[in-house]
Amino acid sequence: MRHTLSVMVENRAGVLARVAGMFSRRGYNIESLAVGTTENPKISRMTIVVEGDNHVIEQVTKQLHKLIEVIKISDITDEEYVGRELVLIKVNADTAQRSEIMQIVDIFRARIVDIGYKSLIIEATGDQSKITAIETSLKPFGIREVVRTGKIAMVRGPKTKLE
Amino acid sequence: MVMTGAQALVRGLEAEEVDIIFGYPGGAILPVYDALINSSIKHILVRQEQAAVHAAGGYARLRGKTGVCIATSGPGATNLVTGIANAYMDSVPVVVITGQVSTEMVGTDAFQEVDITGITHPITKHNYLVQDTKDIPRIIKEAFHIAGTGRPGPVLIDLPKNVAENECWEEIPQRINLDGYKPTIKGHPSQIKTACRIMKEARCPVIHAGGGIVGSDAASDLIKLAESIQAPVATTLMGLGAIPADHELFLGMLGIHGTTAANRAVSECDLLITIGARFDDRVTGAVGKFAPDAKIIHIDIDPAEIGKNIRVNVPIVGHVKMVLQAINNQVEKGKRSQWLARIKRLKEEAAYSYPEAGKTLTTRGVIERLSALTKGNAVVTTDVGQHQMFAAQFYRVKHPRAFLSSGGLGTMGYGFPAAVGAQLADPKALVVCITGDGSFQMSMAELATAKEHNLPVKVLVFNNNCLGLVRQLQHFYCERRYTAVNMTGNPDFVKLAQAYGVPGYRISNVEEIDQVLEEALNNGKLSIVECMIEKEELVYPTVLNGKGLDEMVISTGGYYGE
Ligand SMILES: Cc1ncc(C[n+]2csc(CCOP(=O)(O)OP(=O)(O)O)c2C)c(N)n1
Repeated sequence: MRHTLSVMVENRAGVLARVAGMFSRRGYNIESLAVGTTENPKISRMTIVVEGDNHVIEQVTKQLHKLIEVIKISDITDEEYVGRELVLIKVNADTAQRSEIMQIVDIFRARIVDIGYKSLIIEATGDQSKITAIETSLKPFGIREVVRTGKIAMVRGPKTKLE
Repeated sequence: MVMTGAQALVRGLEAEEVDIIFGYPGGAILPVYDALINSSIKHILVRQEQAAVHAAGGYARLRGKTGVCIATSGPGATNLVTGIANAYMDSVPVVVITGQVSTEMVGTDAFQEVDITGITHPITKHNYLVQDTKDIPRIIKEAFHIAGTGRPGPVLIDLPKNVAENECWEEIPQRINLDGYKPTIKGHPSQIKTACRIMKEARCPVIHAGGGIVGSDAASDLIKLAESIQAPVATTLMGLGAIPADHELFLGMLGIHGTTAANRAVSECDLLITIGARFDDRVTGAVGKFAPDAKIIHIDIDPAEIGKNIRVNVPIVGHVKMVLQAINNQVEKGKRSQWLARIKRLKEEAAYSYPEAGKTLTTRGVIERLSALTKGNAVVTTDVGQHQMFAAQFYRVKHPRAFLSSGGLGTMGYGFPAAVGAQLADPKALVVCITGDGSFQMSMAELATAKEHNLPVKVLVFNNNCLGLVRQLQHFYCERRYTAVNMTGNPDFVKLAQAYGVPGYRISNVEEIDQVLEEALNNGKLSIVECMIEKEELVYPTVLNGKGLDEMVISTGGYYGE
């Protein structure tokens, strides 16, 4: 099963290397990892999506905890949360195809952020299923390049993860 | 007071009550060596950096206090790597300080630059690349805290040369503030209660004691528990000494070269109480066949060890000593005459699990005599190989912290530098290094270190002119196709001793054992005793790959396992 871990770490050089190294060393598979600063400049948050059964996730969590710079780990998979990913898609677009593509963009509430001679760049945010859906819809036109941020997530309601 | 970063570092070490550091100098670490001149800290110059970590580890394990070692950048730092990995696997508290090229050179492949923090990520509990001189006092304090608390382990501090030279105005902080590091000390009360209930219900419990007992000074608490619930105790290699070998509840070491008694008892038990151990594959054999009928209580300070290799029924995370004290306060005394009678029988059988050696000089024969002559009171260090297993089986260790061996990593070359560290940790102790001709040659350069400081370490070299344990593997797994195991270029170890100006002895037959040992043990000097052993001696029992502990191979007949 796919789990989403929200991990608070100290905002220091080398932390990402430690976390990523732990995953590869112990043979765990990171599906995506997104990292950025938080409201507290000393702390960064990593949102890690990892595939594994309960035993694997338990070990991942415990091994992450052993890293001194990891402050808090929450497995939010079963919580109510907002999960988002940003994707940029460069798609082939002749003048003839543009209006059709723009319709698709509208349907997904995505945006066109760049127009080139024979291509468009489309920006979309959403959960994983939406991102997959828009990718599938654009495929027939010929996708040239995809850049995804990996998922970020926040638990719903007033509570914050450091409380 | 204004100091240099290097002076601040030395002051930080002094504040941690460091009295000895093991090291080897070089360019990038020059400022620190300069600052050490005016310090009370004694520096022991080893002959290769790996020995500095092993010695610091030996010191730490005997003394129960964090060991410190120091080396220069580049090759100095990489030479430490095996030693650091060894300390990591065996949870030994060591602070390692390395020099680094100046910050403006970092990342340029400068002369003697290596990314030692990157290299040691997987083998340190934590490490630091010091970026700013003002951080030094805090980092030193944190490093000792991290190394010595929770599950102990090595912490490395990489110190760029300019950071060591710059001025430091910062004082040592009063408090440590590590949001991400709060080891659980107290065991969960309801888990402890459950454990006590299960102990009461068990008919045939066995305690499986590991290095965590020794490291947390919980030997007396362990013995108290064993006696009150009447459970026999099997230890891991790291746990030897946690209970005196002559205690009637002691089963010996368990595992793939464990005693028959320990392995059978563990296979038969209905409750296994694992304390400060981590179910290493050398201990369990085939995991699926390990303690098949047992419920398992697992007590350990490291939550990541619980459920890692084996499912447990009652996990208790906490400081082993605290948890044992809590258990001892509420557990009901047990009486298990039937089970103890069975244990007694298993132990008697175990006494005959080796064939008679007769007049052949054997490793175990010498170690049995060493054990008798020293009454189990020596501090024994070992290298890695057959001699190590014989030492674990036949040296009757009486005290915790008195058996120092490389467990998790199985590092040849550990024994002698560890003995150097141990002798410095306790100058009055009788320190005996049990080694093989292969292992000793990995660190015999340290004879000079021991000589220089008049350390009366006794080195027993079991010379079978081969890499015995690998030869044994080839015996069992490669149909006796022996390859790359003969040590044909061996030196004369007696003459080697003479070359260093210290006594050298040779034991060639059974009659010489006592006389030579008595003389060597009592001469007050660094000594080498070379014991001439035949290649064919095999370690028994042995559990072959994929087998369970109760499927161990016991001697297959003749002395040499024919
Ligand atoms: C650094 C290192 N290299 C290789 C090994 C693999 N190994 C394990 S035991 C052994 C042989 C040890 O020979 P010796 O020290 O003579 O001891 P003996 O087994 O003969 O008693 C070897 C090569 C190891 N454990 N450590």
